[in-house]
Amino acid sequence: MSEQLNFEVPTMAELIAKGEESEILFWVGCAGSYDERAQKTTRDICKILHHVGIKYAVLGTEESCTGDPAKRAGNEFLFQMQAMTNIEVLNAYNIKKIVTGCPHCFNTIKNEYPGLGGSYEVIHHTQLIQQLIDEGKLKAEGGESFKGKKITYHDPCYLGRGNGVYEAPRKALEVLDAQLVEMKRCKSNGLCCGAGGAQMFKEPEKGIKDINIERIEEALETQPNIIAAGCPFCMTMISDGVKLKDQDQNVQVLDIAEITVRANGL
Amino acid sequence: MIAQIIFIAITLAAIALFSYNIKKVIRNIQLGKSADRSDQPQKRLMTMLKVAFGQTKMFFRPIPAFLHLIVYAGFVIINIEVLEILIDGIFGSHRIFSGLGFIYDFLIGSFEILAFGVWLGCAIFLIRRNVIKLKRFSGVEMTKWPRSDANYILISEILLMTAFLLMNAADAKLQALGAHHYTNAGAFPISQYLQNLLPNSEGALVAIERGCWWFHIIGILAFLNYLPYSKHFHILFAFPNTYFSNLEPKGEFTNMKSVTNEVKAMLDPSFTPEEAEPGRFGAKDVNDLTWVNLMNAYTCTECGRCTSVCPANITGKLLSPRKIMMDTRDRMEEVGKNIDKTGNGFDDGKSLIDSYISREEIWACTSCNACTEACPINIDPLAIITELRRYAVMEESQSPASINTMLGNIENNGAPWKYSPADRFNWAKES
Repeated sequence: MSEQLNFEVPTMAELIAKGEESEILFWVGCAGSYDERAQKTTRDICKILHHVGIKYAVLGTEESCTGDPAKRAGNEFLFQMQAMTNIEVLNAYNIKKIVTGCPHCFNTIKNEYPGLGGSYEVIHHTQLIQQLIDEGKLKAEGGESFKGKKITYHDPCYLGRGNGVYEAPRKALEVLDAQLVEMKRCKSNGLCCGAGGAQMFKEPEKGIKDINIERIEEALETQPNIIAAGCPFCMTMISDGVKLKDQDQNVQVLDIAEITVRANGL
Repeated sequence: MIAQIIFIAITLAAIALFSYNIKKVIRNIQLGKSADRSDQPQKRLMTMLKVAFGQTKMFFRPIPAFLHLIVYAGFVIINIEVLEILIDGIFGSHRIFSGLGFIYDFLIGSFEILAFGVWLGCAIFLIRRNVIKLKRFSGVEMTKWPRSDANYILISEILLMTAFLLMNAADAKLQALGAHHYTNAGAFPISQYLQNLLPNSEGALVAIERGCWWFHIIGILAFLNYLPYSKHFHILFAFPNTYFSNLEPKGEFTNMKSVTNEVKAMLDPSFTPEEAEPGRFGAKDVNDLTWVNLMNAYTCTECGRCTSVCPANITGKLLSPRKIMMDTRDRMEEVGKNIDKTGNGFDDGKSLIDSYISREEIWACTSCNACTEACPINIDPLAIITELRRYAVMEESQSPASINTMLGNIENNGAPWKYSPADRFNWAKES
């Protein structure tokens, strides 16, 4: 189970040069590209795609921010500039289907790009994992056993409430034979990690507590071995919270893709 | 005869006053910009039936939902009785529907049970607000007036139901005495227990029965005219508000057409812009918002479900989605009054942002949609917060310094952090 990828990740440009087509584009996102912690998830998503033999590709250096944080911060100009530039690239490659590693990219490309000329079938990586499990292409065999481990899943706002995806990530955990425990505030009532709406990039306003602490306290109440995430920003907020609570020795914070990779020994 | 004339005059005056006030409310809502919510009429109708009529979203909190349902059902169904009162009042008849026989008995009997339910429900609501002091009903925006407003509504409903039950008790007693005009009709499962509290003389009973009758109908007409000043407006606005709900995924923010035009023109000089409403980017004041935002504000009943789930508010930040809605309504009313006094175009030097909603509030939002999910009648505070941010960023270039840095990074590097675009694919090479 090495961190390193033992295969090449294909880019769209390379595929086109070889005259090949891809079935699905993996939209990595800024966090997945640059954030060290999120890069692990990115590589794991590639491992899954590679393992099941889906013909996929990434944009590589041709990818740029979807514009989500600009839009949530109120800069519609910058958002639309980013969106239209990205759409131009995506349409030039004749992209039909996209899987994203981030709920924010997922929401933006799926919901906000069509009105600007970019219509694609967009899924989040947890939905892809669920589909692969349903099709029998992914099992929870050959890797680390999660049997009996307590896992609690934190709903990312832009996946859950934002787009109604509550079941796919849970399905991916159900196959593990682990013990799934829900936090008091979950699914449509889930509590934000505190990073959305461009909060990730600024200090919080004056208050009595940081939002991620409020969330992590609730997560720790379930006495989990693992807190599962589906968003690189939630990952940062929750990991920070776990460290601040001095629980990083006892509680792991893992993305659904990482858990899947471990369970399958990829 | 004189009673009939007085009755008709009062009723007409109440309806006229209500129409006058409603026209102003509609005028105020129309201060907003256009927004197209005419699509998918069937889905809209279903949403309205489910959310407003069926109160489905209330049931995330079962106890208040149950009490609210009784008060709501009671209040709506007992209004059938108002129809009888109106006919009796106009024509000088007494219990005109009593000819329905056992059906009438059934109706009056059910009204009494419901009236008692409403009475009890309102009493519990008063206790929750004033004795138990539930946290949801407090907060910076819950100043004296909103608190009193809630109490006035509950006390009015209790008084109206008391009058209805006392009227029936006196009526039943008069029926038993064989008093002239009081035909034997109705069943009185609740008010029978009140009969012993009443005097036995016919004159006193007639006075009580008539007194309660007049109190009940004048009370309802007064209550109707109280609505435009009150949070209780939701009993009417819940229906159009849910019909015109946002049907798109909650995560989706609107794309601004005016911006699309400018960006397209920048990327392609030969581009001819589509029709877009002129105006500033984002919202400085209420007339920069859409009519849906403004209708939302009139619909808000200040229950605080939004604020109680807001991550910013829970952790002690200034932001309260309920306050966003209340401020929007207050400012809209103020702008409306300015127009009444001085006509269009008057500038009082105030605006929704800064005079009502502070920068600190709008920047505390995580856009997590907990507020819109929690609202039992699909009000959208996030849409207003977004418009205020758009104004602050695009018209004023005023945003927190770290936000500016993030925006600068996206503009220059295509990522919110200061990394080179050339390094974007390094994750595939490093361990």
